[in-house]
Amino acid sequence: MIVLADLSLRWKIPLRVMGAVLGTALAVTAALVTREYDEMRQNLDAHGKSLARVLANTLVTPVLHDDIWRAYEILQSARDPTAIAPELQADVVLVTDADFNVFVSTRPKEFPIGSSPASRGGVYGRLRAALVKTKATEQQVIEPADSVHYFVMSPLVADGVALGHVILGYSKISFVPRFIGLVGQAAFVTLLVLVLILPFSWFWARRTGEPLVALADAMRRVPGDLEVARLADLPKSGDEIGQLGNAFRRMVGELKHKQELEDQMLVTERLAAVGRMTAGIAHEINNPLGGMLTAIKTYQRHGAGDPLANQTLSLLERGLTQIRHTVAALLVETKLQDRPFEPADIDDLLILVEAEARARSVTVVTESPLQRALPLPATLLRQILLNLLLNAIAAADEGGRVRLGINSGDGMLRFSVCNDGKHIPDEQMAYLFEPFVSGREKGYGLGLWVVYQIVQQLNGGLSVDSEPGCTTFSAEIPYVEN
Amino acid sequence: MPLLPVRAETSVLRIGLTPVFLDDQLSFLTRWRLWLERRLKRPVAFVQRGNYREVLDLVRGGKIDFAWVCGYPYVRYRHELRLVAVPLWRGRPYYQSYIIVPADDGHSSSLPDLRGKVFSYSDPDSNSGYLYPQYRLTTLGENPTTFFSRNFFTWGHRKVVEAVGVGLADGGAVDGYVWETLAETHPALTRSTRVIERSPEFGHPPFVARPDMPAVELQRFRAVLVDMPADAEGAELLHLLRLDGFVAGAPALFDGIARMAAKVRST
Repeated sequence: MIVLADLSLRWKIPLRVMGAVLGTALAVTAALVTREYDEMRQNLDAHGKSLARVLANTLVTPVLHDDIWRAYEILQSARDPTAIAPELQADVVLVTDADFNVFVSTRPKEFPIGSSPASRGGVYGRLRAALVKTKATEQQVIEPADSVHYFVMSPLVADGVALGHVILGYSKISFVPRFIGLVGQAAFVTLLVLVLILPFSWFWARRTGEPLVALADAMRRVPGDLEVARLADLPKSGDEIGQLGNAFRRMVGELKHKQELEDQMLVTERLAAVGRMTAGIAHEINNPLGGMLTAIKTYQRHGAGDPLANQTLSLLERGLTQIRHTVAALLVETKLQDRPFEPADIDDLLILVEAEARARSVTVVTESPLQRALPLPATLLRQILLNLLLNAIAAADEGGRVRLGINSGDGMLRFSVCNDGKHIPDEQMAYLFEPFVSGREKGYGLGLWVVYQIVQQLNGGLSVDSEPGCTTFSAEIPYVEN
Repeated sequence: MPLLPVRAETSVLRIGLTPVFLDDQLSFLTRWRLWLERRLKRPVAFVQRGNYREVLDLVRGGKIDFAWVCGYPYVRYRHELRLVAVPLWRGRPYYQSYIIVPADDGHSSSLPDLRGKVFSYSDPDSNSGYLYPQYRLTTLGENPTTFFSRNFFTWGHRKVVEAVGVGLADGGAVDGYVWETLAETHPALTRSTRVIERSPEFGHPPFVARPDMPAVELQRFRAVLVDMPADAEGAELLHLLRLDGFVAGAPALFDGIARMAAKVRST
């Protein structure tokens, strides 16, 4: 049973439909056969009764005249040895007198004249008992369970006086071939119908089951493989299965959206944490650093004389200055007071990257419908764009292209920088904006960190889309019109 | 003289047949009738009835001209009827009565063994099928009406053979000539029976003429019958009847039957 319950709908539905079709076919066949059987029995009873009645009427005179031979000839004439319906042929015909003794029969050796068939015991004794019980003028059909015959009995009546009975014994067995023929015929028709119907039913049942199977397949992939689940070929009908499919698609969409949000949040949180830590460390470094540099300067100004000390301090000063620069780069701070960003700034940027672009034979294309100044800090925006452009030129293929697109509207500045170089591998994506992460041998890997920090501080958003042949960094930064 | 025969000869000659003979062979009877018409040069009609009595009444009343009847009714009405011809069977004008039982009855060996059984006669006016067994029982000191538990008439010898063969009757009396002929033509029928007694010989059932039959016509018909073997088709017809011919015969041939009838009637 467990095996059956575990069977796929792909098979279960067609098998159940087959079962239903077969069951119906069998039921219809059984009903037809039963009906035919009843009809056959009724025909047989009617035939037997009518024959018995005719014989009883015809036999009155021979019985009255004690003309045994005439009676025998009448019984013989009622037989048709070449009958096409053998079951309509009485197997034995008995004519009994009023005392239930044999007057004549079609089987004289079994039923000798004058003997009592009841003396043979069994069935014929019960026939006599049945005759005693009923009215003398009524016909009877008796079907003893233990006999190979069933009997139709008709009284021989002359002028209201019962002279005896005509008893027709029909073989139950002769009935069987006809019945088997009937069943065979019905079975053949059923089989024919099944042969016609079954392939259609199978096909139809498979079609009914397929959407559910597809849905189940898709559901198995949740939550591991959401993308495959989302793209699964689900039913698109308006029925319950179709509704289920739609609900599933919706659910998968929401799950995917949620997952993306979670991923993004994770990155943002990590970057924020890194940012806070960096700022803390930078401040902690900056404070003693300022003191150390001041001390060196003071010494150089007043206590100079020892050339070795001067050399050493000068080395220290350069090192400390480098540390300061690095820390300053990490500590991106928005200068609130700045001039607005103007279209001319874009021209400046292009001039600034021109040398680098030429060195790598990269074409820089600009699409900038920007016509007026925007109330955003020009220095910071210039730094973002410069970093992104330099990164793009470095990432672009030799002789490739870099495209800069800028537009604004609805209080939002949008820009994108894309290059046609190698795309960024997925495993690098999550750490792209962290400090000291670099895809190249040169540089500290602070360019994108700075970009990210600035965009964050300007309450903007930054995103990357990298596919082979097209890597795009896009940013949206809100501004408030004066 | 020329007028009378012409009228007489154009009228139909009517011949009665009894079921004692093989009267169910319609094609044979048609051939025989046509043959007789050619020989007698006048139309012939066979008249068939269900029993001896009716045919006898017809011939005694002059409704028919000739009849082929049994020796028993002939002796009873010997003073009225006129003997025309007697068939020759196996070369002699005699035949026997057979007492038969079903073939599967292995015990009965003579008529007395059939006491209390069901017995089948052919016709109450038949010698072989009725008179002889009655006579036989009488000579044994038995009462023929109570000797058998039941008895019935089949109104034909062949049917006696059938009745005994299927076991409807435990015994029967049958014309020996009919039984032997059936043994040749329908062996399956006689094989289901067994002959347990053969009677002495009696005169074979004869052709008789109505009481007022003119001697000329009687003589002419007799001549035709007697001459049958001389004619090719006549001989063939006789062969179909399994007879060898006809002889004029003497009434004394039937004295044996007359004696039996007298004996039975007296008891």
